[in-house]
Amino acid sequence: MTLGARLRQLGPGPVAGGILLLWFLLLALFGPMFAPHSPIQQDLGHLLEPPSAAHLLGTDENGCDVLSMVLHGARLAAAVSLTVVGISLVFGTSYGLVAGYLGGWVDEAMMRLVDVLLAFPGILLNLAIVALVARPGPLHLVFALTVNGWVGYARVARGQVLVVREREFVQAARALGVPGWRILFRHITPNIVTPLVVQATFGFAGVILVEASLSFLGVGRLTSYSWGALLAQGTTYLWRTQHLALVPGLCIAAVVLGCNLLGDGLRDHLDPRRVASPSR
Amino acid sequence: MRGFLLRRLATSLLAVAGVLVLVFLLVHLIPGDPVDNMLGESADPRDKAALRACLDLDQPLVTQFGRFLASIADGTLGRTCHDPLHPRTVTSLIAEAFPHTLALASAALLVALVLALPLGVLAALRQGTWVDAASTAVSLGGISIPAMWMGPLLLLIFYIRLRVLPGPADDEAGLAGLVLPAVMLGTHLMAMLARMTRSSLLDVMNEDYMRTARAKGLGPWRVVVVHGLRNALAPVITVAGIQFGALLAGAVVTEKVFARPGLGTLLLDGILQRDYRVVQGCTLVVATSYVMVNLLVDLAYGLADPRIRLR
Repeated sequence: MTLGARLRQLGPGPVAGGILLLWFLLLALFGPMFAPHSPIQQDLGHLLEPPSAAHLLGTDENGCDVLSMVLHGARLAAAVSLTVVGISLVFGTSYGLVAGYLGGWVDEAMMRLVDVLLAFPGILLNLAIVALVARPGPLHLVFALTVNGWVGYARVARGQVLVVREREFVQAARALGVPGWRILFRHITPNIVTPLVVQATFGFAGVILVEASLSFLGVGRLTSYSWGALLAQGTTYLWRTQHLALVPGLCIAAVVLGCNLLGDGLRDHLDPRRVASPSR
Repeated sequence: MRGFLLRRLATSLLAVAGVLVLVFLLVHLIPGDPVDNMLGESADPRDKAALRACLDLDQPLVTQFGRFLASIADGTLGRTCHDPLHPRTVTSLIAEAFPHTLALASAALLVALVLALPLGVLAALRQGTWVDAASTAVSLGGISIPAMWMGPLLLLIFYIRLRVLPGPADDEAGLAGLVLPAVMLGTHLMAMLARMTRSSLLDVMNEDYMRTARAKGLGPWRVVVVHGLRNALAPVITVAGIQFGALLAGAVVTEKVFARPGLGTLLLDGILQRDYRVVQGCTLVVATSYVMVNLLVDLAYGLADPRIRLR
């Protein structure tokens, strides 16, 4: 099937989501090169100015160029999110694979830890961890976001392993005397990749949101130009000027919308039960 | 039923025990000296010593855990550290803040349910039409727009431009002051529930008993409301209940935007004042409430649906 036919089969939503995400990643990779100013260069003669020819998206409370801040902020958001999703995906999947494959009391014990981490709703645990450091660095932030970020992948991986390990080709491999670790990584893992990709798409949106929220709250803020920090500034000056709140908020919403559209589409496309009623 | 109850109670107790251990261990989770991490290495040695003593970090780990458990057992959750001359119990601070957050989360849940149910039902009944598309677009927007952006947008429209609703830190606003924060906090849940209502109702519509109801000549609305919704709503209500804990945690951002008192504000103040006892206390209370709400929802669901009890 050609690429065009595959895309047509996916439908307009996921394709639009994919384009939004691709646009964000390109912006993160190349955007800072085209930034007209340094994101921390202050112009004290032009504070909180609305968009103009000199500053296309206006300036902030210190006279920094908002466009340059947003472009550099995109790189920061992408770097943090990709790192957190990458580590969480690898760790969570391995954890879920081992728990699901071994089963029995090992699975019970391992999943109880998952239950404990799930008992901390929303950004609570991330906040409590970042709060422990006066001046958090990138590693602290990545650590705080990964601590409970892997749990979703572990649950998905475990659930899939429980199904796949009963299939004939796994039974056959076991009967042939293939060692357990080889069955796990050669025979089971390739068959559980798809739901994990869907989970990672939603996970990416989640990390973008949590990172921005922490930064918005003034905890775990790495730079003055992270999107959450910019939005916090925009909220403070909402009575004087609106561009400062609108621009970073729109950026975060666009990336999250892209992930949701793509994730929804992929999930529907890959779920055999949904084939009969594609509109659901 | 008894087996189900005991099993569910045991897993919840285990989760609460795990939460206790994790909240206690948090301080030691980040490499390096906890006090150096919290105050910075160049802080005044006297401040460092005072914080170390207040948090019991000068004691062996076992003693620290013993005192932590004792502070839970005596109901104080420890004493605050940032003002040594006037220490207060963390419980007294939480008791002052919790009702505000509870009111906000309840209002948000109400907003979510009141908006989500008609939106989901309409979308399901008019599947494939522009009504369905519009409802799906609203849900997708609600899930994608970050709450911290939603708040400023609501303020901009309803407070600054239209001047119809009170703004932040308005102590005399009463119930009207709760409207915008509740919408900000409830929008994400509203979107989730609307999507669930739609797909749940669509699933139910194909069941045999629906066909029977139609065949015996009941009107379309009666079929949907009496026979369809009653069965379709069970999972929606369950998710709404489970998400209540997430609303308590999500209140941190809402309380910040609207400068409202509550657990979130208490937590952020605790972080700013480097008073980790307060952070621990708030985390513990929200996480434990979350486990308890989950338990109650599960038990209620078990009572209502015999199939769940047999699992």
